[in-house]
This record gives sequence, structure tokens and C-alpha cells, in this order.
Amino acid sequence: MAGILVHDLCKSFGAVQAVDRVRFRVAPGELFGLIGPDGAGKTTLLRMLVTLLTPDGGSATVDGLDVVRDYRALRTRLGYMPGRFSLYQDLTVEENLAFFASVFGTTVEAGYDLIAPIYRQIEPFKTRRAGALSGGMKQKLALSCALIHRPRVLMLDEPTTGVDAVSRREFWDVLARLKAGGLTIVVSTPYMDEARRCDRVALMQGGRLLGVDTPAALEAAYDRPLLAVRAAARYDVLQALRQFPHARSVYAFGEALHYTDARPSVDPAEIRAYLAGRGYPDATVEPIRAGIEDVFMARMAAPPPPPTASPT
Amino acid sequence: MHAFLGFVRKEFRHILRDRRTLLILFGMPVAQLVLFGFVIRNEVNDVTLLIADPSQDAMTQALTHRLLASRYVDGVAYQTHLDGIEAAFRQGLAREALLFEPGFAERLQREGLARVQVIADATDPNVANTILAYTTAIIQSYEQDLAATTAVSPGIVPNVRMRFNPELRSVYLFVPGLIALVLMLVCALMTSITITREKEVGTMEVLLVSPLRPVPIIVGKVVPYVVLSFIIVLVILGLARTVFGVPIRGSVGLLLAECLLFILCALALGILISTRTSSQQVATMIALAGLLMPTVLLSGFIFPISSMPAPLQALSHLIPARWFLAILRGIMIKGLGLADLWTETLALAGMTGLFLIASIRSFHDRL
Repeated sequence: MAGILVHDLCKSFGAVQAVDRVRFRVAPGELFGLIGPDGAGKTTLLRMLVTLLTPDGGSATVDGLDVVRDYRALRTRLGYMPGRFSLYQDLTVEENLAFFASVFGTTVEAGYDLIAPIYRQIEPFKTRRAGALSGGMKQKLALSCALIHRPRVLMLDEPTTGVDAVSRREFWDVLARLKAGGLTIVVSTPYMDEARRCDRVALMQGGRLLGVDTPAALEAAYDRPLLAVRAAARYDVLQALRQFPHARSVYAFGEALHYTDARPSVDPAEIRAYLAGRGYPDATVEPIRAGIEDVFMARMAAPPPPPTASPT
Repeated sequence: MHAFLGFVRKEFRHILRDRRTLLILFGMPVAQLVLFGFVIRNEVNDVTLLIADPSQDAMTQALTHRLLASRYVDGVAYQTHLDGIEAAFRQGLAREALLFEPGFAERLQREGLARVQVIADATDPNVANTILAYTTAIIQSYEQDLAATTAVSPGIVPNVRMRFNPELRSVYLFVPGLIALVLMLVCALMTSITITREKEVGTMEVLLVSPLRPVPIIVGKVVPYVVLSFIIVLVILGLARTVFGVPIRGSVGLLLAECLLFILCALALGILISTRTSSQQVATMIALAGLLMPTVLLSGFIFPISSMPAPLQALSHLIPARWFLAILRGIMIKGLGLADLWTETLALAGMTGLFLIASIRSFHDRL
């Protein structure tokens, strides 16, 4: 049992505590998501795990190797895809791949079967320069390069940011296939809806973890009644709901507004009546199940759980 | 080794694909050489000369003919009176005037001393200096010829002699400086840019997480530039030799070896800059302001070190190009060997060593 073990990891830049006593565990072969908005500390955390930054406090082992002490050995076992597109734009697709293979002392042929499902899609363009690829293809190439040396652990920093919806879905399919092959994967993302594609997720905000669990368990733990409110005048209704005396939180989620009440239970009819009285008779109100984003919002507003609450 | 070769191959590809930069790297030295060789000359060759000769004797005539025959004079106004000289200068009709005293030959033969006044337009002091040097040289040579044929020794003119470069040909001066400048530019500037580019684009992150160690990364970055700059040196030397007739009087092998030493020095500086900066823009600024300017201004390339104020002279000791220039000029123009140039070589080698150690030390294998 190696996987990843993170124990009270801390990192600050000047006065900013980027990562604050973060602890979690990733089992071998698990697809683990780090979920949080920009500035939550995801990149800093990942950079410590891939030995690019040394922690100020705490410790971490990846595949049984300490990220500080054994960083040389660890680097041969890691596949890492940074947040920015980090390939050589002036080299062709196959040159990029061959370069990264050579850097890890291997060849494209030796690692081909692992990357084949991904690389085959961009292989028709192998003589094209990487800079001329579309966003989705660039990302597939970057992933191929990160996998060419058959790493034991793959770390991806916001791989789906700035990628279209179809490519995003394809990318998660690819990750699921890699996971099925036994690879341990840590992936960070600001998109809450991607949490469902992970075995377990860590919700991160302001350098701290707001909770670590399976997406389903996190959603199930959401104990407040949640209502979805839809109306034509969305923004005005949002303002009106926030003025409702029992309102706890009102957020815009896509087309709907998510409303939670400060009381233990709430009747949707009461809200409908209130909105009708405020001049929005068209508003529909219905109870819904909480999604990860609701969980995130609720936990962000609440004080962070004590560190010992992290599951193992 | 496999990883290292892969790295070098990649670097070569970066360079060869960037056609525009490559064109600049090769075009610039050639353009500069032509510029310095043909256009920006210290020697002057289009002087309009005004000769005022109230004496009109055999000697003033002979001297006038000599001046006319010289390469630097382009047009001549001849008059027998001393009026209107001020106006000719003001209107730009003359850049130099020669005023013979009346009864020039007579006085020279009788008293052994005759006066000729030489006036130069000093709007450009460098040009004026050069013109005066030409003129006095011509007068002096005439004097010597006179002394050989007549019993009387004629009047003395200040003794200005130019060893090695009697015609004050600026190409002799510029070629070594140009080599130093181009090497600084290619090696220091290009290396610092290429490393900071990897940081800026984010590829450095991936390289660092790979098993590649700092030394192979640095050396792999540097090898293509060593090759490239060595080719450029050969081009400059070839052009200087064939087109401008600049001699290489000393050993060519020694010359190339010293060039290699300077290339290493510049590369080390470039790496040092790149390890301390994180953007291509900052690296470029530092390389330009911190390396190229001193190389041009303080190395003796354009302004002689001997005419600098003492603090700047002291500062010039810290400029690698100063030592390299002394070496180049020594080998090419004076034909010196290592025995005469070991202090300069040692200074350069010492600096190179320091920069190399500093740059490898400051290259971190983490972010």
C-alpha cells in the first residue's frame, strides 16, 4: 500500500498561506480530485507533491517516496502535466513525444501501448507543430508526453481548464481508462461538475481542505433542505430571496437559483407565495438534491472542519 | 547520455526553426562589419581642402600637390590671399584649411623654419583629429624628403606616428570589437533567453520533474550556441580577411582557442542571468544593459580605455570583453603569442571559471 500520503503539508509565500495543514491519503489506483476555485492552493499543493516546491511544514510521500528526501528517485516515477500548456510549440507532435521519451531514458515504442488510446487520435497530425494544434489535441499530446515513461503516479493540474465541453468529457474518459489500468491519478479542477468523475475528492479553499470523501458521500452529508428557484427575472428574484427573513444562502447555479433556509425545514409553497407577493408570480420552486457545488458553498460559509475529520 | 543527446537535438531544432532569429544572428555581424568597415570609418576621405598660398613658390606647390594626391582630400579650393577663410568654414565649403606664410620657401631655406597653419573644422572632433593627423603626416614626409636632398634641415612638425595601422584604418579596430560584441550577443543574450523561455512557457516545470539533472540541462542548452557562435566567428574572420584585408598576424589556432574561451565566458554569464530572472523580457533587458552596453562602451571597442576617467578605467577591468579585445588585437594586428598575452588570458579564464561556478550553483532543480 503506497499511493499518496499527505500529512499536515504547509506552504506559504510571504504573508500568504497557500497551503495550510493539508492532510489526505490517496489509495493506489485511485482517481483523486482536488476541487476548488482559483487561488485555493491546488497548484501549490500539486507542485509540492511533484517535488517542484519544498513544503514549509508537514510531510508527504508519493508511491512510498518522500517528496523532499527522495525527490530524485520520485521524479522517475511521476507523470506531471502542469496547468499551462507546457510543450514545445515549435517542435512537431512526434518530436515532442520523442523528446520527453528520451529525457526519461526511454523510447516512444517502449511506452506506446500505454499512450496508444490517446495518441492515436492525434497521430494523423504527428508532423504538425504543437503550437498549431487545437486545444483538445494539445492536451492529448501533453498527456501522452506525461505518460510516455510509464509513471506510477500521474498528477494533472487543471487539465480541463480552457477546453471545450466535448474534449473535457473525452479527457475524463481517458483518465477513467488509465485508472482502470492501475495508475494512481491526482487531478485538480475548478469545475465542480467534474467531481463526479473522481473516486474521491478533496474540496479546497483558501489553502485548507473543506472535506475529503467520495462525491456521493459528500452530497449525502448535505443536511439542509435545498430548493431550486426558477424565474424569468433571475437577478431580481435573487435579490428578493436574499431579503427573505429566513434565507440562509441564495446562489445562482446555471439557470436556477439554489436557496437554503435557516430553519430545519421549509415548504416550497411558502417561498412561492413570498415571491408572488414580491411581484414574481411566475417563479417555480422545487426541492432538489445537493450537488458538489452546494456542498462546497455550504462548507465554505461554515468554519472549516478540524483536521482530524479527514477520512483515511 | 541518451537523454542528453535528445536534449541537444531539441535545442538545435529550436534554433533552426526560429528562422528570423537565425537570420538576425548571422545577418547582424555581417551588416555590422560592412557598416563599420565602409560607413562608420574613423578615416576620413571626403575632405574639402582650402589652400591659401600667398607665397606660390616651388615648395608650397610641391606640398599642395602631395596633399591633392592623398586619398583623404576630395575637393580643393586654391587661393593666393588669406581672406574669406572664416566664411568658407561657416558655409561648409572647407573642412580643412592650409595657410602658408608669405615667402614660405625662402624662409625655409634661409632660416630653416617656415610656418604653415592647419585649421580643421572641429564640429566632429574625431574627424578633425584624423584630418590633422593626415595633414601633419604628409607635411612631415615632405620635410623628410627635403632634408634628404638639401643641406639645410627644415622646420620641425610634431611627430605623430601610427604604428601597425599607419592609415588609421578603423576596420582593424572594429573587427576584434565586433567579434566580442557578437559573441556576447549570441552567447549571453540567446542563452539567457532560451532558458527563461522554458520558465515562461512552463516547460521548465516538466523538465525539472524529469530525471534530467541541472548540468545536462545547462550543457545541452549551451552546446548548440557554442557551435553557432563558432561558425559566426569564422564568418566574421573570413569577411574581415577577404573583404577588408584585416590581417591575422599571430597564430590562428591560438586565436580560435581564445575565442572559445570568451564564448564560454559569455555563455556562463547568459546562464547566470537566466537563473536569476523569470521572464524573457527581463533577461533581455539585463543582457542588453548589463552586458552589451559595457562591452561596447567600456571594453575599448569604440572609446579608448586610456582616455577614460580613472574610475571607469578601473571598472573596465571587470569587463570580460576588455581582456578579450586586448587578446584579439594582440594576435591579429600585432602578431603576439600566448607568451605576451598570458595575463589577459588568465584574467579571462578566471572570470569564466567564476561565472560558470556561480551559474551552475544558482540553477535550482526546483521551482
